[in-house]
Amino acid sequence: MVERRPFLTVLTHLTLILGVAFVALPVWIAFVASTHGAHDFISGLMPLWPGDQMVKNYWQVLSQGESTAGAPPIGLMLFNSSVMALGIAVGKIAVSLLSAFAIVYFRFPFRIAAFWVIFLTLMLPVEVRILPTFEVAASLGLLNSYSGLILPLIASATATFLFRQVFLTIPEELAEASRIDGAGPMKFFRDILIPLSRTNIAALFVILFIYGWNQYLWPLLVTTDASHYTAVMGIQRMVAVPDSEPLWHLIMATAILAMLPPVLVILVMQRLFVRGLIEQEK
Amino acid sequence: MQDKRVSFKGLWLPAALLAPQLAITAVFFLWPASQAIYQSVLRQDAFGLSVKFVGLENFADLIVDPSYLNSVKVTLVFSAATTVLAMGLALLFAVAADRVLRGATVYKTLVIWPYAVAPVLAGVLWWLMFNPTIGVLAYALSYLGMDWNHLLSGSHAMTLIVVAAAWKQISYNFVFFIAGLQSIPRSMLEAGAIDGAGPVKRFFTITLPLLSPTTFFLIVVNLVYAFFDTFGIVHATTTGGPGQATNILVYKVYSDGFIGLNLGSSAAQSVILMVFVMVLTVIQFRYIERRVHY
Repeated sequence: MVERRPFLTVLTHLTLILGVAFVALPVWIAFVASTHGAHDFISGLMPLWPGDQMVKNYWQVLSQGESTAGAPPIGLMLFNSSVMALGIAVGKIAVSLLSAFAIVYFRFPFRIAAFWVIFLTLMLPVEVRILPTFEVAASLGLLNSYSGLILPLIASATATFLFRQVFLTIPEELAEASRIDGAGPMKFFRDILIPLSRTNIAALFVILFIYGWNQYLWPLLVTTDASHYTAVMGIQRMVAVPDSEPLWHLIMATAILAMLPPVLVILVMQRLFVRGLIEQEK
Repeated sequence: MQDKRVSFKGLWLPAALLAPQLAITAVFFLWPASQAIYQSVLRQDAFGLSVKFVGLENFADLIVDPSYLNSVKVTLVFSAATTVLAMGLALLFAVAADRVLRGATVYKTLVIWPYAVAPVLAGVLWWLMFNPTIGVLAYALSYLGMDWNHLLSGSHAMTLIVVAAAWKQISYNFVFFIAGLQSIPRSMLEAGAIDGAGPVKRFFTITLPLLSPTTFFLIVVNLVYAFFDTFGIVHATTTGGPGQATNILVYKVYSDGFIGLNLGSSAAQSVILMVFVMVLTVIQFRYIERRVHY
């Protein structure tokens, strides 16, 4: 603030409160919907205050799911989402660390070519090559499996570029010193590079966990069997019930549970999250 | 490309280090992309029994296909509206959050968290709010004399997906606008104040021009987001309807390929989208390179 202007200060707070309300409103409504019984929605107007069916609804989606829509218990879907999110985050970081190390610290033929091949993946989001990617996954027998959910999303140019930038800022003297001390490349990688990029790894992990958790189209395609549904895509099966009103209270309980883990990650690790988000785009 | 002065020797080790990334890239990125290009010049009959080479006919058909042209138009409207709404609100909140002294951290936290909500969930949340029979907003709108029904009205359905898509993207833009605002030197704003410029004038003559790199970067990111990441919103709420009113390009690739089984046309649409992403990525990278050397 440059000068005191009480009126402007009030206006600023008002804007922010409205903003926070706008951001929170849909989630509040969803939460309210998830705490009412099915009959509360027939009357025509959505209640605005939580009801008394919260424990019952959440217990039902966690243990049984919405069986009429063919969705498995959300407990299983949350587990699948966790496996997928962790697999993608860990896998991407591992793969990118290794290839960034190779590109920055080694001189070998086709180095520039390898760099450009990796760069190309940046331009091909899964949405634009759905059908052929699905065919590859199908012919490799990856449908309805965790590796099918994880592997195709592991290659990432952004993570490789991020680690390349990080490695480029690490002083040359460290590599010289470790060479003089007789450390091989892998020892240098493990004992110097990894510890020095610890914060970057953690920040990227937060972003990638959310990215993996929120995947929608790819799980939708590779899982035809309910046992591998993830939470975020499973919700579509509950929404798309033909010829009947959706079971709002169960759908919204599922939605709240499906968004809870990544939201908690952001709230708990906000500093790392903001850092990861901004670093990733550099 | 920047280089390290000291480097390790060897050929097999770097090859082994690069192998996982290159293998995944080849199997899941390059091969499918080349398949898409290959299929885009073929035409299959309805039963998949015969395939014939048709050259660029699939592309030629698309250019004159009214439903494709409609999809292009819908996508442009959707992505422009989403980008403007998401960036406008984010900038407003960021300027406000940058100005307050008390409670800035709390406000920031409360605006940031929707980043974690998947687009499809954002769609479902707003779908409930706008539901014609029980939705809170639909009820409020009926008080204002508006008969809301996104199942019948194309413009209502479009509004629904724009609001849902923008709502989810505000947090992302907010983070970058805050970072951009913090990098503006205080002394410049103070100099403006001493010269007699009020807050509004300072915003338009100092803050906004200095934010332009951030703004430009966010426009590209938001366009990519609106084009590709919003598939879930459309798929879970409007499924491209009513009519073709919300049939955005990404959704059309999916529905023509997986539901309509029109492989050649779907592949041709994929190729067009790939070219589009490449153009956007190159623009983004040229810009980032410039910023780095700046």
